Amino acid sequence: MENVTSTTVPVRKTERTSLRQSLDLLWRDKFAVAAVLFLIIVVLAALLGPYLFGQQSNRINLLTRNAAPSFAHGWAFVLGADALGRPILLRLFVGAQNTIILAVSAVILSMIVGTALGFVAGYRNDWLGNVILRVADVLMSFPSLLLALIVLYVLTPGIANVILVLAITRVPIYLRTARAEVLEVRERTFVTAADIMGASTWRLVWRHIRPAVMPTLVTIATLEIAFVMLAESSLSFLGLGIQAPQFTWGAMVAQGQSYLGTAWWVAFWPGVAITLTAMSLNLLANWVRLVSDPVQRWRLEAKEPSHD
Amino acid sequence: MNTYIVNRMVYSAISMVGLIILVFFLARLTGNPAELYLPVDATPELRAAFSQVNGLDQPVLVQFWRFLVTLLHLDFGNSLRLERPALQLVLTAFPTTLILAFSAMALALVVAIVAGALAACAPNGILDRLVNVVSLSSASLPNFWLALVSILVFAVWLKWVPTSGTGTLAHWILPIMVLFARPCGLLAQVVRGSMIDALSSAYVKTARSKGVRSRSIIFVHALRNAMLPVITVAGDQMSGMINGAVVVEVIFGFPGIGKLMMDSIQYRDFAVIQCGVIITAAAIFLMNVLIDFAYVALNPRIRFK
Amino acid sequence: MIEVNDHLVEVRNLSVDFHTRDGTVPAVQDVSWYVNRGETLAILGESGSGKSVSSSALMGLIDMPPGRITSGEVLYRGENLLNATPERQREINGSKIAMVFQDTLAAFNPVYQIGWQVAETLRSHGVPKKVADVKALELLERVGIPNASGRFFDYPHQFSGGQRQRIMIAMAIALNPDLLIADEPTTALDVTVQAKILRLLKELQRERGMGLLLITHDLGIVAGIADRVAIMQGGKIVETGTVRQVFETPQHPYTHRLFDAVPGRRVVSETARTLVEQPLLIVQDLSKEYLSPARLFSRGATAAPVLALNKVSFKLERGETLGIVGESGSGKSTLARTLIGLETATGGGASYRGHDLLNRTPAGLNQVRRQIQMVFQDPTASLNPRMSVREIISEPWAIHDDVVPRNKWDTRVRDLLEQVGLQRDHADRYPHQFSGGQRQRIAIARALALQPEIIIFDEAVSSLDVSVQAQVIELLKSLKDDYNLSYLFIAHDLPVVRSFADRVLVMHRGAIVEQGTSREIFNNPKHDYTRELLQSDPALNVHAAI
Repeated sequence: MENVTSTTVPVRKTERTSLRQSLDLLWRDKFAVAAVLFLIIVVLAALLGPYLFGQQSNRINLLTRNAAPSFAHGWAFVLGADALGRPILLRLFVGAQNTIILAVSAVILSMIVGTALGFVAGYRNDWLGNVILRVADVLMSFPSLLLALIVLYVLTPGIANVILVLAITRVPIYLRTARAEVLEVRERTFVTAADIMGASTWRLVWRHIRPAVMPTLVTIATLEIAFVMLAESSLSFLGLGIQAPQFTWGAMVAQGQSYLGTAWWVAFWPGVAITLTAMSLNLLANWVRLVSDPVQRWRLEAKEPSHD
Repeated sequence: MNTYIVNRMVYSAISMVGLIILVFFLARLTGNPAELYLPVDATPELRAAFSQVNGLDQPVLVQFWRFLVTLLHLDFGNSLRLERPALQLVLTAFPTTLILAFSAMALALVVAIVAGALAACAPNGILDRLVNVVSLSSASLPNFWLALVSILVFAVWLKWVPTSGTGTLAHWILPIMVLFARPCGLLAQVVRGSMIDALSSAYVKTARSKGVRSRSIIFVHALRNAMLPVITVAGDQMSGMINGAVVVEVIFGFPGIGKLMMDSIQYRDFAVIQCGVIITAAAIFLMNVLIDFAYVALNPRIRFK
Repeated sequence: MIEVNDHLVEVRNLSVDFHTRDGTVPAVQDVSWYVNRGETLAILGESGSGKSVSSSALMGLIDMPPGRITSGEVLYRGENLLNATPERQREINGSKIAMVFQDTLAAFNPVYQIGWQVAETLRSHGVPKKVADVKALELLERVGIPNASGRFFDYPHQFSGGQRQRIMIAMAIALNPDLLIADEPTTALDVTVQAKILRLLKELQRERGMGLLLITHDLGIVAGIADRVAIMQGGKIVETGTVRQVFETPQHPYTHRLFDAVPGRRVVSETARTLVEQPLLIVQDLSKEYLSPARLFSRGATAAPVLALNKVSFKLERGETLGIVGESGSGKSTLARTLIGLETATGGGASYRGHDLLNRTPAGLNQVRRQIQMVFQDPTASLNPRMSVREIISEPWAIHDDVVPRNKWDTRVRDLLEQVGLQRDHADRYPHQFSGGQRQRIAIARALALQPEIIIFDEAVSSLDVSVQAQVIELLKSLKDDYNLSYLFIAHDLPVVRSFADRVLVMHRGAIVEQGTSREIFNNPKHDYTRELLQSDPALNVHAAI
């Protein structure tokens, strides 16, 4: 018995701490680093923007009406001013809060609802699962914007309704993914092993299936923030988002639409903010997917720091 | 007939019925649909008369049955605003949207397949990084903003194309390009990913061991397999195309279904909205069935189960 | 005629590194071998020994990165292929050197017809399409595909594993290559099919005078068909020579270990047992029918039901090891799954100490679940990768909370780890930090946690390398005595159970065709199928050769 262990493969050394390792890997992908830095700025703006610049960004100033981007009126006006002479840069900082809150709450809401339904549909692969799936199909195959338009037409556009509508249209994504993953994971041997030990359904789902499914769902949620933000700004642009005096970046673009020929910057900068945020989220999600895929991961690891 | 296709068609039909139920109950959600169907300034007498004529004082299930019967007769009611049958309005507007969506989708597929496949041939190469960054950014662009910026640059500053309206071929260029950007970016990402998977698969290794030429390995062996996930995503994108079409048609003043819906919402013309939703849904379901056929045609594992 | 003294193919001092998440690791180091025309060289090694790397280098199939060839030469008729242009390599691949792969379902392109794929080898080397199609059909007939012309347009997934391997061979020999490389060509196949494929390979070699390079982990296959053998361990060739030399006078300690581990070399297990007690497990006429699932709008009448279990009857005595042997589809795993409650029987009965196993009340179910545990084939899959070893082994106690009090869990986990031959401090690690054999020990520790009476092993050693397999079986033997356990030991080949099981059941197409003591089954098989199974087994070659 004693010589048995000595002949088997030695146990691998303890790995580097995972946080350290992730940071190392992040550093090797400069696009991902830039994305993370930009997202940090956006999150800071969303948290602090309204408190720091709330007043200043709403002050109407006829002298700076549609002022072009320059340093002439101080740093707040580097990106120019809108039709009421309000500094666009500060309005971007303030608008970040609503934009992010709407997107993130809708994503969290749809993720919770979608995942829960997906687990039910995947674990109980019977009539109930089928009904849930068909409902998801209805939502999925229908243009979400049209659906949102009707719902916001029937109800009224307010912050809660906008979040609700955005969340409902995105539920199928999580539902389908969670269901597919649960269907696959529940057939894995370690779940069967726990099952024949006598584990309760709750235990099987919570201890064994959930941890295997969550990473995929979190990656999708990251991508979804970008998607929902774009959807919300479309709604705002069409005038069905949250209503003034509250505003998001999408609403800022809509305001600038009428001055396109004379003051392009009013509509331009909020769009840049939306694009960069969405792109950073996409880059980050891509990077997470790359790191969590052992087949692809060497591409990052193989890159020498000097290479870039 | 293939069981897979039949099942998918049955599912689509069930989904269609589900959508009709959804639309019906959404309309009832406000309490009295008369509020929705009638103009805001309608008199209480008018409202009462409307309710009675349409049986709105009857139980919900009876109302639903009536609703279904009128649908089966393709009777969606009249537009309040234009005083013409809603169906007629929707069917007039539909071709414009279809042409927009199809041209943009076809273009997006072609560009995405070529760019994604070339990028996947040398992962991490210069071309791959370029395709990756460009496709990610075009997938991240808000289309209403892209539309405004392109009008500004190409119509206002450069004066190459008209700003809005229809008529000449030049009117179509910007709307199609704007509609094309997002799906193309997303699809290029999918093509690239599934091509990388396909090129590292065992059957590609077998082909290399057989001495198959590399052009044939990429375009015959890998691409055909890589197309399967691409088709699925392209199918999901079709409903996204309609989303884009709403925005694009509003901005460019295109008389498509999206513009019609937005105008109807502004004038609270519920009959048209309801009709537009159901017809759009039917078109998308039809589209999905076509996509299922394409999927089965490309995948013998489903064809011969 | 030319190059009389030169070998057909020769690898000289080849070293290849691979980039992995643990840094750069050498895959092969300083490997040299050669093959001559008409000769068979076997490269023998366990998983991770680097046995396939040099042949991949020969065909230019190493992806760089992550691979990197650091030194050496790979010569085909004196030409160093490492310096060949891609076009030259392509000309050689398929026409001069061809390869047969292991996992045929993955190795064929799923979306093209097999006739097209076989003909593609010919077309890629300049044969016109029409000629290539005719030739491909001949090849399919040659390798023994029944109704080849009718199946020319079928897709890979429509063939059985054995047939796919035949088609793969047809594809490889299409242009009469000088060298055929067969990389684990029969590993995924049943033993009876395996024997036929090896016979086919040998026949084709004789017919065409090819050199044959056989890459395998199976000593039996080496003994059966190779002329010379190179034994690899940890990326190096540790011993090489003619099969006779190596088998008669093995030099390297690793070679000795491999021979010792060959299953079934030791005497047939024999335990004289006086039956004092009632049998633990009584299975009577157990049957299981699968109805093909009724699909929406499926054509015609429903297909005939499949009999996965056909009136299976046996008893398991206390303290006994009962081996259940059968090929894929024989119903042996369905039997285990039915007994443990994962499948419902459609007929017959099964009882454990008088408790009905098939119609159980929840309370009775709980009781039975404690007493009957199961160890699965693939330890990587059966352990939750996100749980630590401590959590894995103590999970049964969390489910049955009256067995071990929570404050004793830690000590008991460490005790169990020690008993299965691991270390006490392994409790904090995660499954991926262990080797396959070690993981199976963890699974065994988990099965022991509830102190059951019966453990069912479903192919529990099949996926392990032979040397590890032997160690795990030794462990099972000693545990059985320590804990007074009874085993149901399911395996697909006979030698494994030869020295381990007291009695053996042979299953074929859902029914038990023969049962008896190990001695009866091995020394005096009665049923034709048992004889065929025994004769097909490559391990017999080893016994014959030594």
